[in-house]
Amino acid sequence: MAYKPNMQKTKTPVTEQEPAVRARNFKEVCLGYTEAEAMNEATRCLNCSTRPCVSGCPVSVRIPDFLAKIREGDFIGAYAIIRGTNSLPAVSGRVCPQERQCESKCVRGKKDEPVAIGRLERFCADYAMNHPDEAPKTEKPASNGHKVAVIGAGPAGLTCAGDLAKLGYEVTIFEAFHTAGGVLMYGIPEFRLPKAIVQHEIDGLKALGVNIMTNMVIGRVLSIDEIMSDGYEAVFVGSGAGLPRFMGIEGEGLVGVYSANEFLTRTNLMKAYLDEYDTPIKHGKVVAVVGGGNVAMDSARSAMRLGAEKVYIIYRRSMEELPARKEEVHHAIEEGIEFMLLTNPVKVTGSEDGRVTGIKCVKMQLGEPDASGRRSPSVIEGSEFDLDVDTVIMALGTSPNPLIHRTAPDIEADRRGCLIVNEETNRTTKVGVYAGGDAVTGAATVILAMGAGKKAAASIDDYLSGKNAD
Amino acid sequence: MFKILKRKQLNDSVVLMVIDAPFIAKKALPGQFIIYRTDETGERIPLTISDYDREKGTITIVCQTVGGSTMKLAALNEGDSILDVVGPLGTATEYGEVKSVAVVGGGVGCAIAFPQAKALFNAGVDVQLIAGFRSKELVILEDEMNAVSTGFHLCTDDGSAGFHGFVTDKLRSLIEGGKHFDLVIAIGPVPMMKFVCKTTEPFGVKTLVSLNPIMIDGTGMCGCCRVTVDGVTRYACVDGPDFDGHKVDFDELMRRNSTYKEEEKAHVCRLTGGVR
Repeated sequence: MAYKPNMQKTKTPVTEQEPAVRARNFKEVCLGYTEAEAMNEATRCLNCSTRPCVSGCPVSVRIPDFLAKIREGDFIGAYAIIRGTNSLPAVSGRVCPQERQCESKCVRGKKDEPVAIGRLERFCADYAMNHPDEAPKTEKPASNGHKVAVIGAGPAGLTCAGDLAKLGYEVTIFEAFHTAGGVLMYGIPEFRLPKAIVQHEIDGLKALGVNIMTNMVIGRVLSIDEIMSDGYEAVFVGSGAGLPRFMGIEGEGLVGVYSANEFLTRTNLMKAYLDEYDTPIKHGKVVAVVGGGNVAMDSARSAMRLGAEKVYIIYRRSMEELPARKEEVHHAIEEGIEFMLLTNPVKVTGSEDGRVTGIKCVKMQLGEPDASGRRSPSVIEGSEFDLDVDTVIMALGTSPNPLIHRTAPDIEADRRGCLIVNEETNRTTKVGVYAGGDAVTGAATVILAMGAGKKAAASIDDYLSGKNAD
Repeated sequence: MFKILKRKQLNDSVVLMVIDAPFIAKKALPGQFIIYRTDETGERIPLTISDYDREKGTITIVCQTVGGSTMKLAALNEGDSILDVVGPLGTATEYGEVKSVAVVGGGVGCAIAFPQAKALFNAGVDVQLIAGFRSKELVILEDEMNAVSTGFHLCTDDGSAGFHGFVTDKLRSLIEGGKHFDLVIAIGPVPMMKFVCKTTEPFGVKTLVSLNPIMIDGTGMCGCCRVTVDGVTRYACVDGPDFDGHKVDFDELMRRNSTYKEEEKAHVCRLTGGVR
């Protein structure tokens, strides 16, 4: 019988916690599809022959194939297809900017809403996690005798390690923190990406034979040369985000000014929101978050959950240019975050004892598009105004982690500190050393880091199997 | 897990621990630090490495109980383990070409001044070690410091042992007495470091300080440990912890270090069973 797609115009709705309730807890916002909802949504796929969605995916998930399995009710089969190219499906299903990737290419999206590919990917991953008896057992592949080191257990490193382990490489990940996961653990909040899910994905990699050594800061405790002389034939550097950017305005040293990295690390990795954990955090009453990316949204929504009465997002451009994922902006608005757009801080003001009392801002207007293609903002003269706040969180991006480049000068970086790699192979300027993720691009997305880890894994395999000795 | 091989109470509130940490011991240099986390709910707390033994694979840390997380560490015994220890972090101290150095330690800071003095002394440098404490009962590592200095000057605020006065008084009297120093290294409470710098500035003696801002990751990620040096934002975990003391904004550092004073009180109450 020929397949007949369901022409329902909008995505099958997904259950979410009520905004007023969730804005005060750290539990996951989106509760995910039921089996019936997932099967219904999967029938919205036209099963077109051109498969544009696949080309929109940085890790080339065979999307129409897994949707077909969902329609058959074979959720484990669907999961296996995703897992074939994506080592972290429960993660990417939750945090990918699908509207700019797979879903942006969906043919259904031309007239109606695209198929909810992200929600379906998450559904399959959650189903497999909740039905361990049905899921095929992960087995450690036979070793091919080659040892590879991965630096950093974030999305790039985990993906690279997973792909190499599947090919039989003996992979050791060196992680600086006490916990593997990188930004998935320290950055993205529990309400968007539960840590138990990240841990489950990491456990899956361990089952493949990946060895993870925590508390190992490469560049300090071991150098890359030492790792290579210890029998590792190739190294992947996925050392991630580094020092946060500040605005360089007066008052950024006051008590109550956080970088988003610090605020989120305290909250997520160190669990400052739970009473039984020792790490302190300021529970600001009125909080200003400066910036418009996903990290800014995460910071604002975390501040709200920590008990703030009022949370502002201060962004110098307009809603159109906000770089955050659409769903996060939508969720933030629902939760009562106030967006002060076309606004830019010029000074953080403080009390005599050095604590934040407010933020002085100016209004902005948009001119012609700049080099980045975004309309460049300029100050409206005489528009200065004060906002009373007790906490300021700077979410302005980061530069790559400085440690690797500083301690391995033969791995070259550009003037921003981003490691230089060959775009085809992700190889650095040092033979046998590859890199990807924020260490190369500066602050970007989880899925782009995963894509880079994947590409590097393929290059390392080429290199070590002698197909392309360079 | 990192096993505590030896534990010694140095005074009522200061404890020394030798920890099995072979990777760290292999690389540690004076001036570098570790971050520890006692257990799953613990904070990440930086502590400077006080000594290391590359052959035995051990490091020594000295910790003063000032709040909940240091209390948790001090409560551990020989044979117990610390869940996480990461290091060596930070940049090792760069002394430059020196022949004569004053190493100034204040209180528990002496535990960190000690490895500096030891490294310099072993390199044949004239080391005048000035160690200050509030009173006699608080003196730690006296013999150890004495053994790694050409001149050892114990000072107490109340005169109950050694020179009666502050380390700054002693330092000034040495300089004014004609002693030439190529470098002064000051390690201790922030106000002490600030005043050592004020003391050396008029004489134009280069002064290194080891800063102790609040940290989380310690690897150049979170930005918590930022300090203003010569008007520029620097990060103690990767750019430091040593900086040119004449350029440090100590007042900002003191304010930032008091960020969690209120929260810390509540934390200690919780651990000691007090009212929250």
